[in-house]
Amino acid sequence: MDEPLIAIVGAGVMGTGISTLVVGQGLPVVLVDIDQGVLDRAATAVRHGLRHGQLIGALPPGTAPGRLRTTLRLQDVADADVVIEAVTEAPDRKADVLAAVSALVSPGTPVISNTSGIPIDEMAAWVKDPGSLIGTHFMNPAYLIPMVEVIRGPRTTDPTVQRVLSTLTRIGRRPVVVRDAPGFVTSRLLHPMINDAARVVSEGTATAEDVDTLMQGCLGHPTGPLRTADLIGIDNLVDALEELHARTGDERCRPSELLLEKVRRGELGRKSGRGFYSYSEAQS
Amino acid sequence: MTPEQHTAKAPLDTDAVIDQITRFVAEETRTAPDADQDLFTTGLANSMFAMQLVVFLEQTYAVTVAGPDLQLSNFRTVKSMAALVGRLQAQAAGTDV
Ligand SMILES: NC(=O)c1ccc[n+]([C@@H]2O[C@H](COP(=O)([O-])OP(=O)(O)OC[C@H]3O[C@@H](n4cnc5c(N)ncnc54)[C@H](O)[C@@H]3O)[C@@H](O)[C@H]2O)c1
Repeated sequence: MDEPLIAIVGAGVMGTGISTLVVGQGLPVVLVDIDQGVLDRAATAVRHGLRHGQLIGALPPGTAPGRLRTTLRLQDVADADVVIEAVTEAPDRKADVLAAVSALVSPGTPVISNTSGIPIDEMAAWVKDPGSLIGTHFMNPAYLIPMVEVIRGPRTTDPTVQRVLSTLTRIGRRPVVVRDAPGFVTSRLLHPMINDAARVVSEGTATAEDVDTLMQGCLGHPTGPLRTADLIGIDNLVDALEELHARTGDERCRPSELLLEKVRRGELGRKSGRGFYSYSEAQS
Repeated sequence: MTPEQHTAKAPLDTDAVIDQITRFVAEETRTAPDADQDLFTTGLANSMFAMQLVVFLEQTYAVTVAGPDLQLSNFRTVKSMAALVGRLQAQAAGTDV
């Protein structure tokens, strides 16, 4: 794996950010989606992201970007050394994609899910080789955040873990391996907190701005929970909360009415130009 | 806010550029910065906002920020941004003739 080929399925917020990271580190990417418009926007967003990464100094200077190939054909993942699934947080969709991917790749190829919180062992039932399935939890924007939570399922094999850790190191990430559970570590902690922040706003205790300012100024949160909600995408946040609620029974994970209403109104955060905050075109 | 387009023939007035950039930062951060204030260490700007500043300058002054110019130090203060715009416009004017 001198120059591994990384395939990414799903060209939304995360697929785009992970693609930016990988090509920015000089490696080629095959990026798959079911929607040509999404792929075209993703190619533009990757170019924008590469400039952003350079500006912040988050990508290695003087590295020629790897080639980004976008495609509607899932079969194009067949030659990949690693496949990352980053489709919508819906178990039935992930089941279809993971089953198809695991049938296409050569034996032993790590199949990674970037799920926010669906247990890896639950997804292992959908793939040909449960030993090759593993979770990585890149955060958005993946090319700016150097740390990645890695989720080892009970059936994930040592070689799979080793190959994924070396790939992550190759693309400049610092992995932390955790065990399998709904929401793992980061979503288990972050998602109910964001949900509570939305409740605090709808109860009239404080504005979104003041909630974020307090969390930044008093508790050292880098952006505040509601700016984070906008960065994640409120549709994805609600999906992830629902999956967490279904598996933990924790009422704090039941999506709050304000989040549901924002999704109904199409106020999804940065990706739609408005969420808890408004974003000019220049920002998204 | 749509600032008037400047052309290479009408050289930029640095004070006006400083003014426009200050207004943009003030609108986006709800705080009016001093021209010399480091927007990043004072917490007014973060990594997401930095890219917004790049796009704002490019769209407003019809310049392209690329290569070694694309680094945070050029965007730390309103003054450093105005200086970058001035230099890029002078370069563009130079290649036009
Ligand atoms: N947004 C975040 O901050 C974040 C962070 C960590 C993990 N995640 C997880 O990453 C995954 C992707 O999230 P996102 O925010 O990018 O979602 P998104 O809604 O922005 O993008 C999902 C993409 O998947 C595509 N897709 C759906 N079905 C497909 C299929 N069968 N084949 C190919 N493409 C398909 C859609 O067209 C869409 O472009 C989810 O599991 C999410 O929970 C998201």
